[in-house]
This record gives sequence, C-alpha cells and structure tokens, in this order.
Amino acid sequence: MANIVFQDVQRVFHQNGQAFVALKDINLEVQDREFVAIVGPSGCGKTTCMRMAAGLEHPTGGQVSVDGEVVTKPGPDRAVVFQAFALFPWKTVWDNIEFGLHSLGVDAPERKRRIEQYIALMGLGGYERAYPHQLSGGMQQRVAIARAYVLDPKVLLMDEPFGALDAQTRVVMQEELVRLARQHPRTVLFITHAVEEAVYLADRIVVMTRRPGGVREIIDVKSIREREDWDQHKRIEDVMDLPSFVHLRTHVWKLLRDQHAGEDH
Amino acid sequence: MLQPPLAPVRFWQLSAAGGVSFVAVWTVAALAGITSRDFLPAPWDVIERFGQLVTTPFAGYVLHEHLLSSLQRFAMGFVLAVCIGIPLGLLMAWFPWVDRIASPVFETVRFIAPIAWVPFAALWFGTGIGGPVLIIFMGAFPPVLINTYRGAKQVDRKYIEASQMLGASSWRAMTEVLLPAAVPSIVAGLRISAGLGWQSLVGAELIVASSGVGYLMVKGQAAISTATVMCGMAAIGVIGLLIDVVLRRAQLLIEKRRGL
Repeated sequence: MANIVFQDVQRVFHQNGQAFVALKDINLEVQDREFVAIVGPSGCGKTTCMRMAAGLEHPTGGQVSVDGEVVTKPGPDRAVVFQAFALFPWKTVWDNIEFGLHSLGVDAPERKRRIEQYIALMGLGGYERAYPHQLSGGMQQRVAIARAYVLDPKVLLMDEPFGALDAQTRVVMQEELVRLARQHPRTVLFITHAVEEAVYLADRIVVMTRRPGGVREIIDVKSIREREDWDQHKRIEDVMDLPSFVHLRTHVWKLLRDQHAGEDH
Repeated sequence: MLQPPLAPVRFWQLSAAGGVSFVAVWTVAALAGITSRDFLPAPWDVIERFGQLVTTPFAGYVLHEHLLSSLQRFAMGFVLAVCIGIPLGLLMAWFPWVDRIASPVFETVRFIAPIAWVPFAALWFGTGIGGPVLIIFMGAFPPVLINTYRGAKQVDRKYIEASQMLGASSWRAMTEVLLPAAVPSIVAGLRISAGLGWQSLVGAELIVASSGVGYLMVKGQAAISTATVMCGMAAIGVIGLLIDVVLRRAQLLIEKRRGL
C-alpha cells in the first residue's frame, strides 16, 4: 500500500511579478514495490516532482501523498539519494549510514545488524571508518544508497543518483541497483535524463514534456522485460543489445527528441 | 596576482631579518642619545630589567606570577565567551526568531570597546576576578558569536536537506550538522577572539586588578620605570603569539582531517 500519488500537482513560480508555470496537471501513481523512472528534458521539473514527494518543496496546487498521507515535510519514511551524494563530510561511512537510524529510535544491536547488512550488500566492507573525501564518487554514492536503504523507508527517492559519476562507474552502479531492486523490491521514484538508464532500471517510465512540465506518456517496461526475460543477462551491455530493449529505447528517445525539435526552429 | 609561496629556509631567513632589523633600529635610536634612557630604554636595559622582574617581586609579585594571574583571567573570560558564543551562534543560525531577538542587541553592543565597560566592571565586581573577566569576555565574545553564526549560516543546503530527510531533530541538526560544518569558521573566530580578549586584558588590569601584567605596567609607569612597562609589553606580545600559534595548529589539524 506504500504508494506515491501525485494528484493534479501544479507548481507555479513567481519571478519579477510574472507567474511561470513549471509543472502542470501531474497525475501519477507509483504502486507498492514499483520502480518508476521519470525522464524528461532538462528544466522540465522532474527533480521538482521528486523534491515534492520528499517534502523538500511544495506544490502550489494539488497534492502529493505517500501511503495515504499528504506530504508536508521531509522524513525518514521517504529516503532520498541526492545527485550530489550529500554525505556528511565530518562523519565516517558508518556514522553516515547510522545517522537516520538514530532518528527512528532503532536500538544499538539492531542498528549494528542493519548497518553491517548494507555495508556488505553495497560492497563497502573495510571502509567503515573512512571519511567520504577518502572515497571515490562511486563509493560515496554507494554509501548514500546504503544510508537510504538502511532506514527501510516506505519509498526511495533518487534524484539522478549516477549523474555525477564517470561512465564506467555508472554502469557498475546501474547493475548493482538492478540487483538490489530485484532482490529487495522497494517503491522507487527515480529521476534521470539518461534514457538507457531508465529503460534498464524501471518497471515503468514516465516521459515528461518541457515547460510547462507535464506527463507526456507512461511506458510499461516491466511486462516486456519479464516476457523477454532481460534479467537472465547479468551485464548491462547484453541487455542493451536485445531488440526489445532497443525498440523501447528508441521509442523513449523519439518522445524526447520531438520536444527538442520544437525548440530548434 | 598572489606571489608564489617562499621556500621554508627563505621564509625563516626573512622572519629573522625582520626581527633583527627591528632591534637594530631600536638600538641605534637608543644609542644616538637623542632622548634620555627613561624616555626610550635600550634593549639591554629591558633585558636587565626582565632579569630583575623574574627574581625580585615588583608590584607584589615576580613577573611569571603576574603572567599566571593574567592568563587565569584571560582563560576564564575566553572560555565564558566560547561557552556562550558557540551555542548562541548556532541557535541564531537555526531559529530565525532567536536571530531576530538577539541580533539588534548584539549588533549594537559589539561596537562598544571592551575598555568602556571598565566603570561597570569596577562598580559591580570591585577588585575581584569578575571585573577583568567581564572586560575580556566583552572583547572575546563577538568574534566567536559572529563566526559561529556565519559558519553555520553558510552550511551547504544539501546537508540540511539530508539531515531533514533522515529525520534529525533541531538539536541534532544544530549539534551534528551546523556545528561540525561551522568548525573551520569557529576556529578562525577563536583566533580573532583570543587576540582581542588578550588585548583587552591590559585595559582590564589597568584599573580593576591588583595583580597581572597590566597591573605591573601601571605600577611601572607610576615608578617612571619605562623598562618595566616594556617588559610587560614584550610579555603580552610573546604570550599572545603563543596562544595564536596553538590555535593555528588546531585549525590546520582540523582542516587536514576534513581533507580541505
């Protein structure tokens, strides 16, 4: 029942006395344990959508609710993985992952058990006492993902989490996230501008229009993925070669390209 | 454009050259005989007087006893400034209403020189320890508060957002996010604060004390012993430098640990 519902969500900015509609009529429902990716051209307001679900920003019309409750402020039931990692530089890997568990009032033995579980799961063993600046970008984002997953949140919100990583690291992280998502399915709202990433990771893809941002099309990936059994392939490049993957990718590309074409003239 | 940094050997050579030139000019001025020795004592007069002050009590105590007494007052005033300045700075940075209440008073009071509090220090505390501590506090407090506040205000928004989504209370946001984020700024503030506090000390001891380096200098002046006054000046300068060296070390250590 832990779903995210966007109901007639609107976001209007006021600048120099002029109203500027950033988001218009967003209606979207993310089901329990569903992985939904939002793709769209830059500036379409996809990050704003995620931030509204997190409670870090607020709609000017309509409402966002999680698990039946209207979102008013940020909280550990909606864990966020930020593009800029946002790990506390003055805390060790262990202490960063532990931070949210203190807020939830989890007792010490249980904290230890859960942290150790995610340190192992994210391949962070041996780095417990390291500080973020001593780690590579990929390792830092693993810590941020562990910090979010360890809370056992109702929903996970990821804002272009691999956007700041180099291409090779990015591929590894995408494979790991797929592994994590299939083994421990959670409700995930994933923001990206990378089409392949969205097709590879998501159960459904929401393609957004630009200015004012709205939902252009929602694409069901999961049924195709399961029918064609993508998950039998361990490597991302093998999945990307499948005709069904290529077909979907091209479809999403065209939807996005159409919008850019409008601007070129 | 900034000049490239100096090689360490060159660095120390130039620092030594600066010190030697200062003493040389002083010596020449004293030897030229333009003024009387009481008007400007020669370096060796000061050294000789220093030897006497260390062994023979003047104004009640020997020099290092005066120094110890001054350092005690300084430590109390400084610690008090830190204990109030850091928490208040964090509260002002986190709660806008605390900022609104405290700012107008603080922004006005901080322009009053610590020495202006001397009449009240004498009136309220007599010659007890409270008077000098109050004046040192008035000197040391503003930089601690300002640097804590500014450091906490400049914390990257993403850390605040991360702590909120991780469910942190106001207490944890202030102690585990704002405070550590502000540490480099706070330590920089402590250096300024220690400097101003230590400077205010002489003023404090001029009137409201019966021991201390400042008191020693007042007594030296009364006895027309300019060499005594200069010994006090030298002691204040050297101890001030040492305090700053210690704090600068702490600052470098913290920056290194943060990977700055």
